[in-house]
Amino acid sequence: MSNTALQNLIDQPYKHGFVTDIESETTPKGLSEETIRLISRKKNEPEWLLEFRLTAYRHWLTMAEPKWPNVTYPKIDFQDISYYSAPKPKKKLASMDDVDPELRRTFEKLGVPLHEQKVLAGVAVDVIFDSVSVTTTYKKKLAEVGVIFCSISEAVHDHPDLVRRYLGSVVPTSDNFYAALNSAVFTDGSFCYIPKGVHCPMELSTYFRINTQDSGQFERTLIVAEEGSHVSYLEGCTAPQFDTNQLHAAVVELVALDNAEIKYSTVQNWYAGDENGRGGIYNFVTKRGLCKGVASKISWTQVETGSAITWKYPSCVLLGDDSVGEFYSVALTNHMQQADTGTKMIHVGRNTRSRIISKGISAGKSNNSYRGLVKIGPKADRARNFSQCDSMLIGDACGAHTFPYIQVQNNGATVEHEASTSKIGEDQLFYFAQRGIGPEEAVSMIINGFVKEVFTQLPMEFAVEATKLLGLKLEGSVG
Amino acid sequence: MRNPGGKLLLEVRGLTTSVSGVEILKGIDLAVREGEVHAIMGPNGSGKSTLAKALAGHPAYKVTGGEARLDGQDLFALAPEERARAGLFLGFQYPVEVPGVTNASFLRLAYNTVQGARGKDELDPLEFDDFVREKLKLLDINPAFLDRSVNDGFSGGEKKRNEILQMALLEPRLAVLDETDSGLDIDALRVVANGVNSLHAPDRAIVLVTHYQRLLNYITPDYVHVMAGGRIIKTGDKSLALELESRGYDWLLESGRAVAA
Repeated sequence: MSNTALQNLIDQPYKHGFVTDIESETTPKGLSEETIRLISRKKNEPEWLLEFRLTAYRHWLTMAEPKWPNVTYPKIDFQDISYYSAPKPKKKLASMDDVDPELRRTFEKLGVPLHEQKVLAGVAVDVIFDSVSVTTTYKKKLAEVGVIFCSISEAVHDHPDLVRRYLGSVVPTSDNFYAALNSAVFTDGSFCYIPKGVHCPMELSTYFRINTQDSGQFERTLIVAEEGSHVSYLEGCTAPQFDTNQLHAAVVELVALDNAEIKYSTVQNWYAGDENGRGGIYNFVTKRGLCKGVASKISWTQVETGSAITWKYPSCVLLGDDSVGEFYSVALTNHMQQADTGTKMIHVGRNTRSRIISKGISAGKSNNSYRGLVKIGPKADRARNFSQCDSMLIGDACGAHTFPYIQVQNNGATVEHEASTSKIGEDQLFYFAQRGIGPEEAVSMIINGFVKEVFTQLPMEFAVEATKLLGLKLEGSVG
Repeated sequence: MRNPGGKLLLEVRGLTTSVSGVEILKGIDLAVREGEVHAIMGPNGSGKSTLAKALAGHPAYKVTGGEARLDGQDLFALAPEERARAGLFLGFQYPVEVPGVTNASFLRLAYNTVQGARGKDELDPLEFDDFVREKLKLLDINPAFLDRSVNDGFSGGEKKRNEILQMALLEPRLAVLDETDSGLDIDALRVVANGVNSLHAPDRAIVLVTHYQRLLNYITPDYVHVMAGGRIIKTGDKSLALELESRGYDWLLESGRAVAA
């Protein structure tokens, strides 16, 4: 098969590119202390949170945009963004039936069933539409076992002590440019609290969707797992198609106490821009987990297929002795997409272990970089890390890069790094063809083989969705 | 067995082929009938592998003239995968590695695709497992082989055995084996030869592309063709291969040049 045919195969159009016609309330563009006070007032926030925001904002003013990622884009005018956009509610939402039918159709198109089917599937969904959490399902069932799963705005009012205690404890307001910006202007997000010893009875799931043109989305997620608890959290993301770029700067903080385990899975399919690189989401996200307790475990699994630019390093700080951090990633870029993604594993405690499995797939004229830091602190006796970074190239106009940083301050540590690069080329496809297997099936089989190690980490339902998504992006016929 | 009255399986006429704009095949004529074994020999660069790849449809090998029919069907009108489904099998000189895809799943997909094209039943993973294990025994291949990635980290001998295994599974009408004997030790050579011989049947045919005579100690060809300069310059029987073994190619090339002059 020629490269042209191969290209046609990977040039499948974006399927979530519709705009939902819902009246929304959007603040004027621009960012100032006044904007922040306005957001805080609209959300009826306590004084401490306004202070949190203003501190972050004042610090943000002194910071510069990071220039080190291997991505290029025109300068972002932060005064040209609207920082708050909420669907105008007809009335207070009491139950599912009250959700705007137009909005519900949107979610149906997205394949986010908000109805009873999900109960059978055992998934609770918190939906973030632009900036406001529309509804949280199955809160009751979760409440029976003491699990709190709600929007962060609700949590601020209903569980202020918990939020105040942990918000910014893993990603400080001054952490980095985009985290500071998020801390100043975040509008909503999810909050999840698993009490001591509780094994969360269902997968928790949040869907994000950016609907308004020129709006930024700054959601904030905070998950706290108390001693001996266990939770699996799923996050899915889509956005409609616009010619302009939209900024998405989220912060996700995870805290795992003694023997607790948090599994965080993401399937990111933001609009990636067209084949000439027009439009698409700038996804500048800070995700970090703190393994605070002994023998705690945080596992990140991400499937990144969208966004014009992805800048994202889900990380683990392994503070507790015997704690474990994991990062499993599939990043797919096509057309003019750019991704600079990876992880940081910071080993502080003794006997801490981390594992990094990164699979980058580059097609079209895209650029895909893995950037990862493994840091072994002086007290991290017998710490172990294993990293594996594999890249796959489709066609010959794309790029794959690996930037591993390793800092070891303890002689007793073991750090292993493996990397490979492969290419789906004419010869591989011809080999399949000669055994009767056509190009679409061949590409799909090669890609599925390549990402298998990561996909087995995903919860079943998500794995199916992620496989379909890669199929959509790379293969064609499968819907 | 020579089968002059048999059904014509492959018919190549006046085939010319170029690679990167350079003409390699300069007019090949070849007729292979059911039940026959043909050996194509010749020095390096004579166009043997080009002939194999042009027939199978490798995109880098451009057919610039002539025709080829398999069972009367125009080969060059078919995509490479359609040629395979029509019963043409190419054993690769350098089998491609496919990390991450297990041999078992690759073999099953290939098998089911070809079976489907023949209107036969496909096998589910369990049925296929039983079926393929029988074939493994025949070829003296360790079953652990199935769980490994396709050709990934295989030794040269293992790769060639994998080619023969695939041939045994797909039961092609016509198998073209491109230097399947190169790089094999004597034991592997015997296994490969046994595999080829066990596939040999009155309704199939085999074309062996080979550099050396030694494979022909195990597989007896009905015809031996010698290629040079993109043409078949001499056709004979098994004794021609033996003669090449003792005399080399030069005498043929010289007499070829004499004829051309």
